[in-house]
Amino acid sequence: MLEGTTAEIRERKALRINPAKTCQPIGAMYAALGIHKCMPHSHGSQGCCAYHRSHLTRHHKEPIVATTSSFTEGASVFGGLANLKTALENIFTIYEPDIVSVHTTCLSEVIGDDIPMIIKKSEESGIIPEGKLVIHANTPSFVGSHVTGFSAQCAAFVDYLAESTGAKKNVINLFPGWVEPADMREIKRLAEMLGVEYIMAPDTSDVLDSALEGEYQMYPDGGTTIPQLKAMGDSMATLALGPMASTLAADKLKKKCGVENKVLELPIGIGGTDAFVNAMRIAGDVTVPRELEKERGRLVDMVSDMSQYLHRKKVAIFGDPDHVTAMVKFLVEVGMEPAIVVTGTKGKKWVAKIKEICSEVNPDVEVAAFSDIHYLHQWIKGNPVDLLMGNTYGKYVAKSEKLPFVRFGFPILDRVGHRAFPLIGYTGGMRLIEKITDAFFDKRDREDADEDIELVL
Amino acid sequence: MGSGPSAEETREQMLEIYPKKTRRKRAKQMLVNKTPETPEAIGANSRTVPGIITQRGCSYAGCKGVVIGPIYDILHITHGPIGCGWYSWLSRRNMSKIRHPEETNYLQYSMSTDMQEDHIVFGGEKQLKQAIQEAYDEFKPKAISVYATCPVGLIGDDIHSVCREMKEKLGINIFGFSCEGYKGVSQSAGHHIANNGVFKNMIGLDDTPVEAKYKINVLGEYNIGGDAWEIDRILRLCGIHIIGTLSGGVSYDEICNCHQADLNVVMCHRSINYMAEMMETKFGMPWFKVNFIGIEGTKKSLRKIAQYFDEKELTDRVEEVIAMEMADVRPVIEDVRQRTEGKKAALFVGGSRAHHYQDLFSDMGMTTIAAGYEFAHRDDYEGRDVLPSIKIDADSRNIEELHIEADPERFNLRKTKERKVALEESGFEFSDYEGMMRQMAKDTLVIDDISAHELEKLIELHKPDVIGSGIKDKYVIEKMGIPCKQLHSYDYGGPYAGFKGAINFFKEIDRMISTKVWKLTRAPWKDDSEEQSAAAAEPATVS
Repeated sequence: MLEGTTAEIRERKALRINPAKTCQPIGAMYAALGIHKCMPHSHGSQGCCAYHRSHLTRHHKEPIVATTSSFTEGASVFGGLANLKTALENIFTIYEPDIVSVHTTCLSEVIGDDIPMIIKKSEESGIIPEGKLVIHANTPSFVGSHVTGFSAQCAAFVDYLAESTGAKKNVINLFPGWVEPADMREIKRLAEMLGVEYIMAPDTSDVLDSALEGEYQMYPDGGTTIPQLKAMGDSMATLALGPMASTLAADKLKKKCGVENKVLELPIGIGGTDAFVNAMRIAGDVTVPRELEKERGRLVDMVSDMSQYLHRKKVAIFGDPDHVTAMVKFLVEVGMEPAIVVTGTKGKKWVAKIKEICSEVNPDVEVAAFSDIHYLHQWIKGNPVDLLMGNTYGKYVAKSEKLPFVRFGFPILDRVGHRAFPLIGYTGGMRLIEKITDAFFDKRDREDADEDIELVL
Repeated sequence: MGSGPSAEETREQMLEIYPKKTRRKRAKQMLVNKTPETPEAIGANSRTVPGIITQRGCSYAGCKGVVIGPIYDILHITHGPIGCGWYSWLSRRNMSKIRHPEETNYLQYSMSTDMQEDHIVFGGEKQLKQAIQEAYDEFKPKAISVYATCPVGLIGDDIHSVCREMKEKLGINIFGFSCEGYKGVSQSAGHHIANNGVFKNMIGLDDTPVEAKYKINVLGEYNIGGDAWEIDRILRLCGIHIIGTLSGGVSYDEICNCHQADLNVVMCHRSINYMAEMMETKFGMPWFKVNFIGIEGTKKSLRKIAQYFDEKELTDRVEEVIAMEMADVRPVIEDVRQRTEGKKAALFVGGSRAHHYQDLFSDMGMTTIAAGYEFAHRDDYEGRDVLPSIKIDADSRNIEELHIEADPERFNLRKTKERKVALEESGFEFSDYEGMMRQMAKDTLVIDDISAHELEKLIELHKPDVIGSGIKDKYVIEKMGIPCKQLHSYDYGGPYAGFKGAINFFKEIDRMISTKVWKLTRAPWKDDSEEQSAAAAEPATVS
């Protein structure tokens, strides 16, 4: 397994090996699927769309529907106007979405297709039926990562749809960030427990975890509705979860409609969830219900029960910046020691933030942004750890270094629980403790000598 | 087509909803197979209709993802932004293992130049050069291949001159593929580009003689789920030696040496027929089509290879192996057929399996009511005899055709003209492929580049018992309560080739058709019949 990897680190300036990120459009596609009756449309050659659909499908084990402009060489030279117009006519006639959300690829970005102009021309020529919408986000693959694409798509919802009627409503906007459908469901459950009225966008729950009942719905029941997206402009405040994924949309909404916002880390772990609950409490002017306090207490109880197995355990972790930040906070909180922290996305400030979070438990933490899993592996070889956390691609490293491995982030291609159970909130925290200790205990039970096996742990 | 409307009516209903222009185009790509023995011309290998929800991918996927990517001991570097390299990282199950301790399997690595905005603006050649150097320093591979993605062609990076320069500098084989995603209309263009590149840069580099009596190459076999290993196992039992499998589980050295074989057999016609033709022209090595998918196909293929070499020892051995293997296969077929006989399948897969797998279904007594390819050409549908009449359209015109001539030293006619003619007169077919439509029953549906809408309609009208397709369709189909067998990834199982593979496949389809889950899709209270209510009212038995 990965027998070409050695501990000797050669600094690479041009070669990416085993990336810890992918490109923008897949994030935009995921976000667009969180809108009710929305067809994501990839304006580029069709390979991108096939790859993005396949990968999202592998992660969610669900249908991922999206269309493409299917560029040919001719269109790549002379522009993709005709392709997009034909596509829109076909999409509205055959698949009847309420809204088409166009994103771009490196191809259409390099040739400089002017999407708003094409949308306008399509409107003028009557291709877009009455009452139907086409919006767009520019998602050049050579900038940022898939999280950038997600962020751009969220911002596009605001740009095209959010309206301020002047009448403020007692509603909180929630941008959940790029989290699982199960996490979005959990965020809504928390908001409902708190008794806060909210609009969450995007919302992929009930879209990417739909029921099997013998009938296929191209547009499942879930997803934020267009009226809800419009109404976001009238809300009292916005909570943006995950700075990289959600800040852009929140700021645009503030600028466009004057909705004040607060940006929070993803509500993972005790402190992370506390911050979210508290922000909701203040913004919604509500009291935290006893039931939620008990949930919190149950998580604290579990952490205390398992403390002996977690304390000072060294962790290597990689993934998207927002996920990793929140998870590293949780690790520190439960007494673990982040040792190697990597993201594929650029971010100097992020590096400083991680160092700050780890300063108390491990000032020497190895942190790198715009880095990759090959570096992470080499650092592990030079500085062994007790646990690896990351997406499915980490399993090759875990196998080659015989490490307990906890899957989290995007994508998880080889397990199923991530779409059913949240990692967010106090209940998600409990699930994380379970996953981490399970990984430790499984390794121990498998590898310990017979005389060392314990019945009770 | 069994129950439901006729093929013709089904086709009409599929076309009904389309805007006029789309309807006209799609109508050419959807045929009722009225005269299987003389198939009608199908509108294949034409551009995809924008917005229609195609299954298709791109030229990069066909080149890097399919043909070259599986060669495990060379480094594959994607020149482009990060996505292309990332999505083609281990997502196709072309399995490989190192066979010598000094080898490295690079397929667990994804390598990319991770182009950023400044590379788009100022060009990415410097970045590529540096990336090749760093890859060399890090791994010291035997060879490095470089793949162009969409923006590379547009910004004008000359990957080939970079490769030449680095080849000279580092003293290892380094070569590039201009497989930008927008080339051609599908993965197919990428196959052709890959064939050209492999032929120019690898085939024939190593003239070391191979000591074996019956030496062949298996072309167009990518070892998905271990298929190539099963084929190799069977051929080994027969005493036949495979020099190179292009390109599942294959090493760089094997490809460089595979012109030493006396025969090429072709599994996936679409992706590799170019190579078979070019090798015959340059080295004099004949080729024919085989099919190791399905019991009958496997037997027929083994016998055809034996007939080609025409030695009693081999012919006898092949029959022994078949008899031996069939002893394991027979009881499984007999058992499974009790549940599969008469069931209906529909297959929509890439450029080859939609045909091959019909054999496996027919081994189980199942019929294929509809089938189609994503990106095959007319010859794959109608047979190679239509090749002279295929017009290359504007979208595919820029794919290079190599001009090949006989190698002055190494050309060696494996079969004399007379011997070849004699074989052909006895019914033996060289350089031929009869296509999918001839094998399909009368009045079945043949659909090229099927859309999501057409697939949905097919299911609604005909409720096949199982559908063979890919990951993008799988869960759409299963939401409708119909099992979908992924025939690209095999749903992470396999092998399905050869005798052991057939057993795996039979058991798998039996499971899919027999599993109870499809009966659970409807909650009991949705059908509030008296029987149901009575059953619900009864107390549970305490024993």
